Amino acid sequence: MFELDTVEQAAALATELRGRDVPGVIEVVPGARTVLVVAQRPEQLVPVDQIVAGLGDGDVPTPDGELVEVPTLYDGVDLEDVAELTGLSVSAVIDLHSTVEYRAAFSGFTPGFTYLTGLATTLWLPRRPSPRPRVDAGSVAIGADFTGVYPTSSPGGWHLLGHTTIEMWNPSRARPAFIVPGDRVRFVAVGG
Amino acid sequence: MSGNAALDTGVIEVVDPGALCTVQDRGRPGWAHLGVGHSGALDRAAASLANRLVGNHDDAAVLESTFGGTRLRFRSAAFVAITGAECAITVDGASGIGMRQPVALPPDSEIGLGPPMTGVRTYIAVRGGIAVEPVMGSRSTDLLSHVGPEPLVTGSTLSIGADPGTPVPTAFAPPSAVTNWPLTIWPGPRTDWFSVDAQRTLVQSPYVVLPASNRIGVRMSGVALERLDDRELPSEGIVDGAIQVPNDGQPLVFLADHPTTGGYPVIAVVDPGDLDRLAQVRPGDTLRFRWRR
Repeated sequence: MFELDTVEQAAALATELRGRDVPGVIEVVPGARTVLVVAQRPEQLVPVDQIVAGLGDGDVPTPDGELVEVPTLYDGVDLEDVAELTGLSVSAVIDLHSTVEYRAAFSGFTPGFTYLTGLATTLWLPRRPSPRPRVDAGSVAIGADFTGVYPTSSPGGWHLLGHTTIEMWNPSRARPAFIVPGDRVRFVAVGG
Repeated sequence: MSGNAALDTGVIEVVDPGALCTVQDRGRPGWAHLGVGHSGALDRAAASLANRLVGNHDDAAVLESTFGGTRLRFRSAAFVAITGAECAITVDGASGIGMRQPVALPPDSEIGLGPPMTGVRTYIAVRGGIAVEPVMGSRSTDLLSHVGPEPLVTGSTLSIGADPGTPVPTAFAPPSAVTNWPLTIWPGPRTDWFSVDAQRTLVQSPYVVLPASNRIGVRMSGVALERLDDRELPSEGIVDGAIQVPNDGQPLVFLADHPTTGGYPVIAVVDPGDLDRLAQVRPGDTLRFRWRR
């Protein structure tokens, strides 16, 4: 496991290592400040160590990544609360959220849920005081310094800004997750 | 018996799944970055042996029965082998067949697994394998990610795959030798988040397996492991056998269906060679660990 200073560096290193396709490596798992690499045998991690040493400290150039667009209807139940907590108007919240290009950093919480970095600092809010027992699949939400889309219906404590009708998670597809770590992501506001 | 012979070929009816019975193969590695763990048979050696005994390839899917009680009816003749946690096996209600040997069942046989005398998980391999549709490259049921087939329920049916074309084996496998405790653990990745006392406690105190244990992990109760401070750990990747210590200090060992990332520190990792034994520990069993440095 490699440790880095920022979530962006961890995401960049994970994308880089995945792209190198080192023989024997089974998993490359980015975390919030780490990259876990799992190989069949310990000696197969030696080339990985060499790659990381060659890249220097935290200096991995951010790879390009695929651009993924998420058409979003901004009709979330927490829009008003977010506007109030941030001192912005609802339309300013929507503008701020939908004009930024995000970076898919790491997955966790539930399959296909990917934490996206790049959220405008004005929108950084602590999670809701108590999580909702059920948040619908496709809900577009923000929590702390991240944004993301709930891939399946699940409990959730983030602030809901809107929803997308795109199927975010389907294990039967060749690409099960619509957003994968390393992707560039834009939310495109659509009308209802 | 009614029905069309062609339609009846190679179908298993679930008369009773028992407490929990799932389809498992060698799992689905390579998806952890999307939040899907590798899953697969918990006692890999036992599952692999069951496949060998019926001449299957190692990647054939088998059934993993937890705490026995599973009853299956084979509509057509089938060739099966049962391994793992030792239990009495009945055929059509009568005491029948032994474990760890290939058995030819006549059509319309019903086999039943009694409660295991030792261990937890018993494996049933059928020549040809269990032919459910693979999801993300595997037929395994992942109880955390909800990927793969649902656990078996009464009345469900399973198809048997094509004959592997291998010679039909006649071997018998002796029971595996009793292995000695303790389980070997490796340090890291967050051993240094714990006091030296806690690192010592982990190998000096017994930990009792709790009933809440499952395919996700073995939960334990024992002397709480003291953290050096209460920093929050940013979510990071988790491996099989990771011993995670939540805030209450009671360690748990992650098994095949574990989450792929977690926010509590991992004090140690159980040696991969010892994971099959963890698949067979029962609630109330006492675990001991030893550092490998």
